[in-house]
Amino acid sequence: MTETDDEYFAALLEDDPARLYERAPCGYLTTDGDGTIRKVNQTFAAMSGRTAGELVGGLRFADLLGVGGRIYYETHYAPLLHGAGTAREIALDLKHASGESVPVLVNAVAERDAAHRVTTIRVAVFDATHRRAYERELLRAKERAEESEARARALAETLQQTLVPPTPPQIPGLDIAAVYRPAGDGTEVGGDFYDVFRVAPDAWVVVAGDVCGKGAEAAVVTALARHTVREQAMEHASPAVVLRRLNEGLRRSDAPRMCTALIGRLHRSGSGWDVTLSIAGHPLPLLRTATGVVAPVGASGVLLGALPDVLVTDTHIPLAAGELLLIYTDGVTEARRDGEFYGEERLQQGLEREHASAASAVDGLTADVLAFQAGFARDDIVVVGLRAE
Amino acid sequence: MGVGERHNVNVSGRADGPVLLFAHGFGCDQSMWRYVVPHFTDAYRVVLFDHVGAGRSDLGSYDPQRYSSLDGYADDVRRICAELDLRDVVFVGHSVSAMIGVLAAAAEPERFRALVLVGPSPRYVNDGDYVGGFEEPDIRELVESLDSNYLGWSAAMAPVIMGRPDRPELGEELTESFCRTDPAVARQFAHVTFLSDNRADLSRVTVPALVLQCRQDVIAPATVGRYVRDHLPRAELVELDAVGHCPNLSAPDETAAAIADFLDFSTLLPR
Repeated sequence: MTETDDEYFAALLEDDPARLYERAPCGYLTTDGDGTIRKVNQTFAAMSGRTAGELVGGLRFADLLGVGGRIYYETHYAPLLHGAGTAREIALDLKHASGESVPVLVNAVAERDAAHRVTTIRVAVFDATHRRAYERELLRAKERAEESEARARALAETLQQTLVPPTPPQIPGLDIAAVYRPAGDGTEVGGDFYDVFRVAPDAWVVVAGDVCGKGAEAAVVTALARHTVREQAMEHASPAVVLRRLNEGLRRSDAPRMCTALIGRLHRSGSGWDVTLSIAGHPLPLLRTATGVVAPVGASGVLLGALPDVLVTDTHIPLAAGELLLIYTDGVTEARRDGEFYGEERLQQGLEREHASAASAVDGLTADVLAFQAGFARDDIVVVGLRAE
Repeated sequence: MGVGERHNVNVSGRADGPVLLFAHGFGCDQSMWRYVVPHFTDAYRVVLFDHVGAGRSDLGSYDPQRYSSLDGYADDVRRICAELDLRDVVFVGHSVSAMIGVLAAAAEPERFRALVLVGPSPRYVNDGDYVGGFEEPDIRELVESLDSNYLGWSAAMAPVIMGRPDRPELGEELTESFCRTDPAVARQFAHVTFLSDNRADLSRVTVPALVLQCRQDVIAPATVGRYVRDHLPRAELVELDAVGHCPNLSAPDETAAAIADFLDFSTLLPR
């Protein structure tokens, strides 16, 4: 290291404080407690397009801001300084003498006397033109994202509405009630479904199912399942055949998904009904006899959509007057509280109690399941009750 | 939830003293009054609260519909009075809370003894001959100002404001949250505050009122203070030496003295 270098570094380290102040890489200004400007450095004067002489003595810092910034200054910045003693990273627009706005970031500290009165405010002002332009972009992106999320939510809610099963039709001699309750806040589409429709002057079909997964893809499968069953049930009297056709439909679709389904075909017979049941991977429905005995009925079959051929069978069940058939999805029995399932036993006991009408059974059981989960359904719930009259 | 939790109500002072209910303005919270309150705790029962959305109020209680006009805020003031069974209340409102007090006192005069209005403005936007001091584009500029100052803040600060007992290390930041407001709330409150027109409500106030006017207040200029005095049926105006819009912080002694003088006088006023 030469002697000249030494002198050079020494000179650097002993930077003239006055120079350091005047030419600092940020604007400095000192004001009274009320904001009247008392001292500024050259950097600040240049930033504002004015001379130190023009700035000092008469103007307040707030006078150099746009109107919006002035309100912000009075309602946020000044209270912060007087209340907390510092203000950090406040974004303001400085009005340049030319009329242009200079986006700046401001840090300030207040000096107070014994009576908490602010006597002096020291302010550092940083040019933030590029940063603020970038932040405005971010803000716009955030607003766009929020708008887009709101639109997606509205769309999901609308879709959900179209998927909500219709109110069951009036069927002479059959008391029927159904509940569909989507999981969580109800904005996720897809999942459980049910349908009840007429296939002949004296025959009706009831269907319930559960499509694996959630969201738009599951919703597509839900719609496909409902349409396929409606169409095929007009052609085929056997629910097992309809389930096989549905399996083929699911396998052919672009986004194959698995799905459980239960189809019951009801045929008026004397004072009661003949029910032909076929079940694919779905919980067995419960039958409550007129004497109050509750038991599952039907034969389990495999889930649809997984294999090219499914083994499903038809079971014939008579539904005599006063008997009640309860169809449900696993959102009921798998409702959880602290790791404990609601389970079939609770459901059976519930059905022993609630049986006066299809509606009282369905509504009572749904309320019980919801209460079990403290009102928050983790999964969709479908409950359909059919009571022969 | 009671008003205590919803509004972070703090009661201090003499339990059997006359009631002074302090309300903060736009942009801040009840800590705006911290240097003024000690002047009154010997003789008065002092009640402080945060408007819903501000300070440490319950953010979950914020309902954009309810707070789409100052009436929702005025209704809150009446709820606080009712629930705490406050009677013969002297309401001290700063900035926008001055008009909130006007609305509350107009709706339920029997509840209030007097109003103290610090930097009031019944309408901020100019309208024909009426000079409020602002034009509508100015208010849009303010909202932009709010947005640019909340940009980095919203995600990072919101949990602090809502309170995080599970993370005590955030406690330090909490003390720095002085005058922080949830950004979405601040935005709506800015619109409601600066676009309201309460000029017609002034004549509905029957209780005596004190208007405190600062020098060089860009938010509520002297002409507006005089307008408020002239249109309130029973009002006097005191001009403070303080500069700016927040004399409660910048000149608390002077502010407290003016309020005390008025209180001494107004207790003699027939109801």
